[in-house]
Amino acid sequence: MPGYSNPGFDTLALHAGAEPDPATGARAVPIHLSTSFVFESSDHAAALFNLERSGHVYSRISNPTNAVLEQRISALEGGIGAITTASGQAALHLAIATLMGAGGHVVASTALYGGSQNLLHYTLRRFGIETTFVAPGDTDGWRAAARPNTRLFFGETVGNPGLDVLDIPTVAAIAHDAGAPLLVDSTLTTPWLMQPLVHGADLVYHSATKFLSGHGTVVAGLVVDGGSFDWAAEHGRSGRFEELAAPYAGFHDMVFTDESTVGAFLLRARREGLRDFGACLSPHSAWLVLQGIETLSLRMERHMTNTRRVVEFLDRHPFVSRVGHPLLESHPSHALAQRLLPRGAGSVFSFDICGSRAQGKAFVDALQVFSHLANVGDCRSLVIHPASTTHFRMADDALAAGGIGQGTIRLSIGLEEADDLIDDLQRGLKLAERASA
Amino acid sequence: MDIQVNGQRTFCYTGGKIFDPAKPTAIFLHGALNDHSVWILQTRYLAHHGWNVLAVDLPGHCRSAGDPPASVEAAADFVVALMDAAGLQQAALIGHSFGSLIALEAAGRAPARVSHLVLVGTAFPMKVSAALLEGSLQEPFKAIDMVNVFSRATLAPPPSALGPGTWVFGSSRALMRRVLASNRRVNLFHAGFKACDDYQGGVAAMAAVTAPVLFVLGRKDQMTPPKAAQALVDHAAHGRVTLLDVGHHQMLEAPDGTLMALRDFLAA
Repeated sequence: MPGYSNPGFDTLALHAGAEPDPATGARAVPIHLSTSFVFESSDHAAALFNLERSGHVYSRISNPTNAVLEQRISALEGGIGAITTASGQAALHLAIATLMGAGGHVVASTALYGGSQNLLHYTLRRFGIETTFVAPGDTDGWRAAARPNTRLFFGETVGNPGLDVLDIPTVAAIAHDAGAPLLVDSTLTTPWLMQPLVHGADLVYHSATKFLSGHGTVVAGLVVDGGSFDWAAEHGRSGRFEELAAPYAGFHDMVFTDESTVGAFLLRARREGLRDFGACLSPHSAWLVLQGIETLSLRMERHMTNTRRVVEFLDRHPFVSRVGHPLLESHPSHALAQRLLPRGAGSVFSFDICGSRAQGKAFVDALQVFSHLANVGDCRSLVIHPASTTHFRMADDALAAGGIGQGTIRLSIGLEEADDLIDDLQRGLKLAERASA
Repeated sequence: MDIQVNGQRTFCYTGGKIFDPAKPTAIFLHGALNDHSVWILQTRYLAHHGWNVLAVDLPGHCRSAGDPPASVEAAADFVVALMDAAGLQQAALIGHSFGSLIALEAAGRAPARVSHLVLVGTAFPMKVSAALLEGSLQEPFKAIDMVNVFSRATLAPPPSALGPGTWVFGSSRALMRRVLASNRRVNLFHAGFKACDDYQGGVAAMAAVTAPVLFVLGRKDQMTPPKAAQALVDHAAHGRVTLLDVGHHQMLEAPDGTLMALRDFLAA
């Protein structure tokens, strides 16, 4: 695209990383369902393996369809490159495992998706990586939690379950003062609502299962590098990040920061993380995510419009005691959301009905348009009642301690007619109100 | 590896191989507000195929100490001093953009010490618009974006440097921001552009060159369009031209095309 033109978001969402296939003329991105790729010669093979030439060898490491997705999400996030992974959890694990081993330390927000919290609190601890959890708005807490062995700060753009907005510029500055990068989970907001790298984050990851793919058809993950963190300089100062700035015996003593001033993280993540852990993404799944991204802005705009209507409806309803969305001035992150997320703070949020666990169950059972399941970010509207599903074993007081009420309901607002969604919720609330406590 | 040049530490990437005085050497010179890493694929390949490579960070850039060169001539002096410091009687000089002018001037000053001269994305004169010169001083981030937009030829480069999944526009922008931040005393963006804009000696230098010369030019290059290199092509006694279907990011958007042109030329 010659000329002084800097394509906008929607153009990049359709064109970044792909052009008509030179071999066939296919306009859509082809799905390269091939595990491996032919070498031109033995010298070509050796050069590919030794990172002397660029190309594809084996689809666990890279694949042409996945590479399109990696370029496209990088363009949309303002990054330098990306790696596709088997799931969002795999992306988080890849990022952490690239930056540290046993003895490493993470400072993380308390407001995390349950799977992420579990990985940090239990699983990685078993491998010698410790995490200190800090409430997302506790600026002093973030600062105080840093240790000499801290390798990463981590939070979500809007935290689970209360939609606490992460003050990325502030937390990024604290992380950088502590000599560590900031990784942000941007799953619920997507680059259409916010580009964390622009606000100071160094790495971003997505569960592309959610809004990026958008149709509830695929499990996928992505990690994007902003190329902003100076691993070599920090290694010189503190000795940290030897994974990137010291010879790596697992790849011919390569020093990744010598190879690439800004891309060392991606080099090691692909050459070690994908190679050895192997949590790669199927090219077919990559294609499904690409299909979703092509309409991301159109869908997100509708998600936000519908969310606004539903939040306003619930906020006025007498059987609803709380609506947890930063659209409302009563939400603790309202002002921060206005600043960092002017297009909206996402379409996944929770609210409380004025009722018991049984009434919450009755509400969910009465819904006809909302689908009752454990996912978010689908084009269809989704609902779940934690007290009777994901947290059903917990006693009432334990639920309350976790910020979940007996009548707490989580919604993921989809793309249906807003009037139909409101009618459905209206019906559910009426039946819940009539149900016995 | 680090080499002391004029008493200052100079970082030279060697392509993952230890410098071997018995092998022929190729010195790689980056453009304005870049560093050694723009040559990652070409240098790594040549280092594993019979060549020493020294891909430098120019003085005052990223990992090299010293004052950044204020002119092409000063930078050429640095190149000759680097060869002296490394104990090189002769080397191939390979430069991109600003680096191509440095390589040219060095080859003109010390023709007997240059075995091959490769000018990638070159032009003479290499005039820089007043708006861009001013922008590099007043609004460097905006000017960096502008340069990168002018430099790219496609939104969909084939497997590129660093490798599959790299977004060249973003990686180039991040590198330029990093290099700019690496020197708090001198605006390297403006210094590099001004040195290009000021340089008058291209034709005279080319007339003095005795080594074979390869021009690697991008058909879609808007920073240094092929026609802007014609004055140098016309004065190269032993010149050849390779045109690639790319913009000004020759090494990144067409790493293989650039490498093959280099490899074949150096082997001849």
